[in-house]
Parts: sequence; C-alpha cells; structure tokens
Amino acid sequence: MLSIRDRAAIIGIGQTEFSKQIGKTEHRVACEAIAAAIADAGLTPADIDGIVRYDIETNTELAIIYSLGIPHLRFFAGVTSGGGAVCGTIVLAAMAVATGQANNVVCFRARNRGRRSVSGPGKFGGGRPWEKTPTLLTDFYQYHIPFGLVTPAQEMALIYRRHMHEYGTTTEHFGHVAVAQRAHAARNPNAVMRQPITLADHQHSRWIAEPLRLLDCCLETDGGCAVVVTSVERARDARHPPAYILAGAQAEGPIHIQLADYFQHWKEDTGGRAVARQLYGMAGIHPEDINAAMFYDHFSPAVLLSLEDYGFCAPGESGPFVAAGNIAWPTGRLPVNTHGGSLSEAFIHGYNHLLEGVRQIRGTAACQVKDAQLVLVTSSNTDPTGAIVLRR
Amino acid sequence: MSQRVTPPTPDQPVPVANFDNHGFWEGCRQHELRLQRCRACHIFRHQPRPMCPHCRSLDYEWARASGRGTVYTFTIVHGPTLPAFQAAAPYNVIVVQLEEGPFMVSNLVDCVAEHIRIGMAVEVVFEDATEATTLPRFRPLR
Repeated sequence: MLSIRDRAAIIGIGQTEFSKQIGKTEHRVACEAIAAAIADAGLTPADIDGIVRYDIETNTELAIIYSLGIPHLRFFAGVTSGGGAVCGTIVLAAMAVATGQANNVVCFRARNRGRRSVSGPGKFGGGRPWEKTPTLLTDFYQYHIPFGLVTPAQEMALIYRRHMHEYGTTTEHFGHVAVAQRAHAARNPNAVMRQPITLADHQHSRWIAEPLRLLDCCLETDGGCAVVVTSVERARDARHPPAYILAGAQAEGPIHIQLADYFQHWKEDTGGRAVARQLYGMAGIHPEDINAAMFYDHFSPAVLLSLEDYGFCAPGESGPFVAAGNIAWPTGRLPVNTHGGSLSEAFIHGYNHLLEGVRQIRGTAACQVKDAQLVLVTSSNTDPTGAIVLRR
Repeated sequence: MSQRVTPPTPDQPVPVANFDNHGFWEGCRQHELRLQRCRACHIFRHQPRPMCPHCRSLDYEWARASGRGTVYTFTIVHGPTLPAFQAAAPYNVIVVQLEEGPFMVSNLVDCVAEHIRIGMAVEVVFEDATEATTLPRFRPLR
C-alpha cells in the first residue's frame, strides 16, 4: 500500500530568537528562520523547490522566494487553521517528496503575536487576532462572540470545565503541567520564561477564564521556526543525523470555534483520537514505544486531553498521570514538551515543538531524553489536527 | 425581565443574518427560540447550516424550540476580552444542551457565578443587545 511511512526526513531546522516584541516584520522573521533551516540542512536556497505554510501565514510563497532567491518552486501548499496546522505541513511535505513532486521542501511559521507587535489592521497582521474582531459578524463566530465568548482561552475553558465535571480533573492537575514544562524551560537558553514556578504559584495566578489561570496560558511570542523536509535517499547526505518521519496523519472534525458541534461528538471521538489511530497504524507502534512527546499546548490542560487522545492514559486518567510526575524530564515515563512548550519556551503556533522533536532525535536537546528513538509531535488537538512520529 | 449581563456598547459585535440562518435571528427578535429542523429526518440542528448533516436534505423549517435545556459547561470570563465586554467582567458564558438535542453558547442571567452548576435546568429569555439584535440568554428554570 502507498504510504508516507519512512519515505521522508527532516534534515534542517532553523529559528529566530523568541521574544515578546522582536521589532522585525513577519517577512524578515520568516526569511531568517528559513535561511537558518536551509543552512542547517547543508543546502542552499537553489536546492529548495517546495514550500508548505499555514494558510493564515501572512508570508506568501512569493514573499519567501523573492527574498531568499529561490529560483523555482514545483510544490506549494497551505494547511488550514492555526495550531491545527503544525504537523499537517510536514505530512504534505512528506507526500510531496515521497511522490517526486518536490525534492526539498521548506515548512515554516513566522509570527508577530506579542501583544504590542501589531503590524497591520488585518486579523492576522500581528498582535492578538481576537482583538481585531469586527463589529459585524458574518461567520460562525456570530454564535459565540455576541455572548462574550471571544478568545481561545474562553473557548477552551468550556471544554476543560466539562472534562473536570466528567472525570474529576482538577486545576491542580493543570498546574502540574505548567510546573513541569517551566522546569524544562529553565534549562533551555532559548526559552522566554525560565524562572521556575511552583504549584502554589500556579494556584495563585489570576483567573483568565475559569477554570484557566494565567499560568495555564501559552505565551504570546514573536519569532519564526522552519524545517527542511527531504526524501530518505537524499537525507543520507545531510549535515546532521536525519529525523525520519515514521508516520504522519491529519484529521478534521468538530472544532473549538464551533462548540456546538464539538460537544455533540467528543465523547464518541475527537480529532486527536482519529489521528492517533491512523498514526499508530501506519507506524506499527503503540503509545508505550514512544520516548517523548511534544504536545500542542496553547493551554496546559490541552496536554491532558492529548495524553488521553494518544493513548498514554485512559479517558479521565491524565490528571493523576501528570500529578505522578510522568511528564517531567528526566524521570517521567513520558517526558512532554522538553523545551518548555508554548507555556514557557515560546508560542510559535506549535512550530517550535517540531524543532524540539528533531533535537531529541539528534540528541541535542537541553533536556535530552536518553536514547530517544521515537518522538511524537502533535498539532492542536481540538482544531483540525495532526501528528507525526519522528524516529532516529 | 432579567438583568442584563453584557451591557450594549456601540462597538459590541453583532451577528449578520444570511440566507441560511435568518430564521434563527428573526425568531430571537420575535422572542421565540427557533431552530432548524430537517423536514426529511426531523432532526433539530444548531448552528444553522444549509444541509442536514444526518440525511443531507436541503429541506428544513424554522421550528419553535421549547426554550428549555441544561447547562452542559460554563466559564467565568475575567479577561482580557473585547472592550465591549470587559466592563461586565467577570461574566459567565454557558453552553446549554437544549431539550431538542443541539448545544448553544449563551449566558446565564439571574444567577450569581457561585450558583452555576453543570446540569442545572434553564429556560430561555430574550434580551435586546442593540436596536437590531436580540440575543437568546437563559435563566434558571423556575
């Protein structure tokens, strides 16, 4: 059967600095990250013939190729959604190189999403998208926003509250995620937030949208990340050990901006569970084979839902799982977001998680999991979603 | 009438009705909760959409719902949020599971935050958010 299993690899990673206000355009941020990834792969821009981006990315293919001097693209595509797009970009790139539609594909995310980094009036022109909500609502948001349900934190709070009700999950469980990831970030010189926090700090941080507190929320960061995907054949000549893409999958189901539909179906199935089934089937592995996971974490309880969706815990058991120290490097059974994740390293719409997954496979992470053979990276689990498994 | 939880301001975002959903917002203006109901398989749906996701029929009616349901989940919003709503914070947002089946985002009025419980029975009330827009909110069922 045709498959992308073991047909492609990530051979280059690149990024800018991460900061609350980078003072550069998103265009420049993208150029810096992509140039760094191409150099890390041991390639030049002339070797690049494919680009995959988020469809909400403000940098078009054209903007990238005329700045980097990429002479000829053969493949270009966008993946819908924001945090739901992370791993889908890699899946598309792997499909392209596996089928010969491209040789070397750049995938990237560049953003100015610090609070003060507004560069244009459009919804995705920097800063917080929700702050630019129009007065006249013509899309699905018209069933939420008039009631004061505006921000991702508010939307996700509804989902997490129901999880607490169903399973007895507590806000202390959320706190264990935040504390563990901050401890990881403390060792990571790249991380924006490196000051260790305690469970008490978490419990005393202010409410944003109950049951979410400030320390449950991801950072708002400026910065860019890029990777280079190539075929397994070409990967053998790369400068660094390749991170082979063992498997990759996407799913789109009921999403969190359409809460009505999310709650209609979530007990039966979720996008994350649909991805997990495809992913493990393609890879021929089980959750217990995975050595580390980079879960999309716009909010700390997103990690709890992912632990359940991807089969590391039964539904409802993720709270006790994290409270027992299972996601903390180096002693946990499944170190999670070893770079600090979106909560503490940076919020690059999940793209920094891909870079950390590659570092774990290369053996160069600040919190390196010993002998990491298989690393799971996921997209946001309530959006259109996706995931990949990287292997040595 | 119940207390207003989100006072209208000039910049309050409001829905724009279209061909597929006008019956919902028109019902609200007339203080009736109307949902799309498929004429082929008779299943209610919300949010409005042109096609029945159960049987693919394009034929539907705007059927009056009972207006009763239960709180499925809720949040208390402290902010940051839009300026139009920030003055009302902390305010609640609830998801109601309607008797007819569908879920709906709304607010609970006549109830302090400490008394909101998942599973509590609620009924619809209508509040004029602006001159042109009436929103369906809910209050504890008496």
